[in-house]
Amino acid sequence: MAETSVADRHTHGAARAHQFDDAEQQRDAVTMGMWVFLVTEIMFFGGLFTAYVVYRTLYPAAFAVASLALDITLGTLNTAVLLVSSFTMAVAVFGSQTGRRRMLVGGLALTIALGIVFLAIKVYEYYQKYVEHHIPGPSFAFPAPYTQPAKMYFTLYFAMTGLHAAHMIVGCGLLGVLIVMAWRGRFTPEYHSPVELSGLYWHFVDIIWIFLYPLLYLVGRHLE
Amino acid sequence: MPEHIVPIKTYTIVLIALLVLTATTCAVSFIDMGKMNAVVAVAIAFAKASLVALIFMHLRYSRRLMRVVAAAGLFWLGILIALTMSDYLTRGWGNRPE
Repeated sequence: MAETSVADRHTHGAARAHQFDDAEQQRDAVTMGMWVFLVTEIMFFGGLFTAYVVYRTLYPAAFAVASLALDITLGTLNTAVLLVSSFTMAVAVFGSQTGRRRMLVGGLALTIALGIVFLAIKVYEYYQKYVEHHIPGPSFAFPAPYTQPAKMYFTLYFAMTGLHAAHMIVGCGLLGVLIVMAWRGRFTPEYHSPVELSGLYWHFVDIIWIFLYPLLYLVGRHLE
Repeated sequence: MPEHIVPIKTYTIVLIALLVLTATTCAVSFIDMGKMNAVVAVAIAFAKASLVALIFMHLRYSRRLMRVVAAAGLFWLGILIALTMSDYLTRGWGNRPE
């Protein structure tokens, strides 16, 4: 069996597992599997989004005031950084589909670089929150009468952006592995599912941020 | 289903649209529209997410099955939020003071 699959790799230039009839069936199956995983990710973040909806409904004024403590310039900049990184990821997928290895490696490298820029800005924002005593805990401080509900807002802020940042770190790791594989010429127009699927993951993480940005940064801007 | 290759030009147009929508949602958030602020912000977020899902994630060119799976995720999230809020929003009903 092992020899057949090695032979397959040589004849088709594609890593096709023996349980699939053809490369197309395999591609459909792995794409479907990835989407099912992403649905579980929607529900993973969904708990936090639901908690956000509940507490924002209970304390709308406190959430609006607390959101003003975030730096909207950095938040908007980070949104743009992430959107451009999704574009470079799409370009990398295009490179893998059309057999342009340089475009693939370059696209992946740019995507990782933008991901790191995003994380660096996020770390700086967290540091600002630390300096301003906005991290929930013994040293938390926020003007009355919103001290308690603002603590809830910042708990959700750190939980949601933290979980998102964790996904970004995983994404950067995935893309790093892909760069090595692409460099070694492991992907062809017939076989590049790892690139396509990691792209789906990266875009999904981008979509999460597309919702976090208005929910966390834009809630109370009209009060300014 | 044969793989559909989306040209870079399409990706570029989508990126520009996404950045314009980001600037719009940011600018609009400074205008006081009462409850409409949240509605507009979430509507623009959905528009951006749809662009990413349909073009960048190739849902528009995928099998219907993939679209059903993606929609199922949203639907289940809808159940989670709707049923939770049906509790929180109705807790005060029935106990009117005095």
